[in-house]
Amino acid sequence: MITQRPRLSLWQNLYLPEILRGMWITIRHMIRFKQVTCEYPEKPHAVPANFRGLHRLIQRPGGKERCVACELCLTACPANCISMVAADPGDPSVEKYPLRYEIDTLRCIYCGFCEEACPCDAIELTPHYEFASHRREDFMYTKDRLLDNNRFVPEGERVSKVQTNETYLRV
Amino acid sequence: MMAWAMEWVPVLIKILVAFFVVLTLTAYLTLAERKFSAYMQDRCGPNRTGPFGLLQPLADGIKFIFKEDVIPTEVHRTYYVLAPALLLVPALLGYIVIPFGDTLIVAGRTIPLQIADVDLGILYIFAIAGLSVYGLFMAGWASNNKYSLLGGLRSSAQMVSYELTLGLSLVGALLVFGTSNLRDIVHLQTGHWDLGPLSIPKWGIFLQPLGFLLFLVSAFAESNRLPFDLPEAENELVGGYHTEYGSMKFAMFFMGEYIGMITMSALATTFFFGGWHVPGLAALNLSHNAAALAGVAAFCLKTGFFLFLFIWVRWTLPRFRYDQLMSLSWKGVFPAAMLNVFLTGFCLYAFHRFM
Repeated sequence: MITQRPRLSLWQNLYLPEILRGMWITIRHMIRFKQVTCEYPEKPHAVPANFRGLHRLIQRPGGKERCVACELCLTACPANCISMVAADPGDPSVEKYPLRYEIDTLRCIYCGFCEEACPCDAIELTPHYEFASHRREDFMYTKDRLLDNNRFVPEGERVSKVQTNETYLRV
Repeated sequence: MMAWAMEWVPVLIKILVAFFVVLTLTAYLTLAERKFSAYMQDRCGPNRTGPFGLLQPLADGIKFIFKEDVIPTEVHRTYYVLAPALLLVPALLGYIVIPFGDTLIVAGRTIPLQIADVDLGILYIFAIAGLSVYGLFMAGWASNNKYSLLGGLRSSAQMVSYELTLGLSLVGALLVFGTSNLRDIVHLQTGHWDLGPLSIPKWGIFLQPLGFLLFLVSAFAESNRLPFDLPEAENELVGGYHTEYGSMKFAMFFMGEYIGMITMSALATTFFFGGWHVPGLAALNLSHNAAALAGVAAFCLKTGFFLFLFIWVRWTLPRFRYDQLMSLSWKGVFPAAMLNVFLTGFCLYAFHRFM
């Protein structure tokens, strides 16, 4: 293949005017300095509101989980990171509840399908992402820890990001 | 005994001060390079060590010194160890003939602010600068590595070509000044021309604009800086001649490059920007020593500008291809430098004959 080089004018072939033009660009960036570097650990990185971070289980007014153990999240999960044991709570207003509900965040791919699948808006991905640890166990989120993750969401927004559909809920 | 001491103590002090300044400047030049490149690319640069990352050179130095000094098995040990020293020592030696200030009068003695006042100063600098090519090529050859060898090969060809143009670009200036003593050259640049309302300092750049331009191009090539950094060419040759070097040996190559930059900047200042001369300083009627110190400051400022220019150009331009580099040297800079010599000679002849 023959490369067609653009024919340069004499002005461009002199190099210098074009070099000066380039130097003007670099010095302009230096004079009108606008830092794009995010100095992360000191200045926290702002994430968008719909950022998919650590999971939480949304609570009913009483403090118990809203989840009805329908296992739709578990079915939707492409990474199979949710495991659940359903049980009868013995409460006539609630049919079923998760006795155990665990998310392995090392397997989770943060796709948010669980959140989309949930008919009760009981699970949600919070914008929190700083949960690194040196120990494997720390990444296994049990039901209690998932309920505790509500602290990563401001008080007023704890109900749900999604419009709550009351017909599914017999609270 | 006393006379002997009086003779040598100032010289020793000057050597120590100059070398301390040059080495510290080298260290901080690496920081400046990283900082300015960061600012030009909208980044913030090193800022973890001390305020504004000011202790970064220190941290780098400590890191280099404490790193394991690896000598690969297949290298030619003697040349491998010798090469960094052979690059660094000429780079440091080049500085000693540069006059960085006028004279200081201390206790009735006149001390010229220059380590060695050599009559053939410029030839000395070229001779010393020419030696550094041995270091580069020796490193490339001794490393027993194809990238190093290519880097060394490129550097020797490049240095030989551009040394020629570097010398030729200054011939015009030497013709104008009529001396190769750097101190005399600076003295010849003090004063002003009064062109009607304008008062222009008698700097070499106004007499030799083309020479200055060619000198600058050659200086960039001679100190292996971008856009002519083919001997290193990180993205094609790994690191070129210093691929196989680590710890302090690598640091010596690095320092050699930066000291070369300082020398070239100082040379550009001396030849084309009046050295320590400050325009309009004579009108202030300062004492001799104060004026000399102001001159030193001016010299440092001018040199600093050129160092900034080196950094500025590096982060603006992409690298030349090898054949482009050679054709620029032999078909561009070399004929232009010859033309400059002939034009200067002709003008000087005409000036002396008819004016």
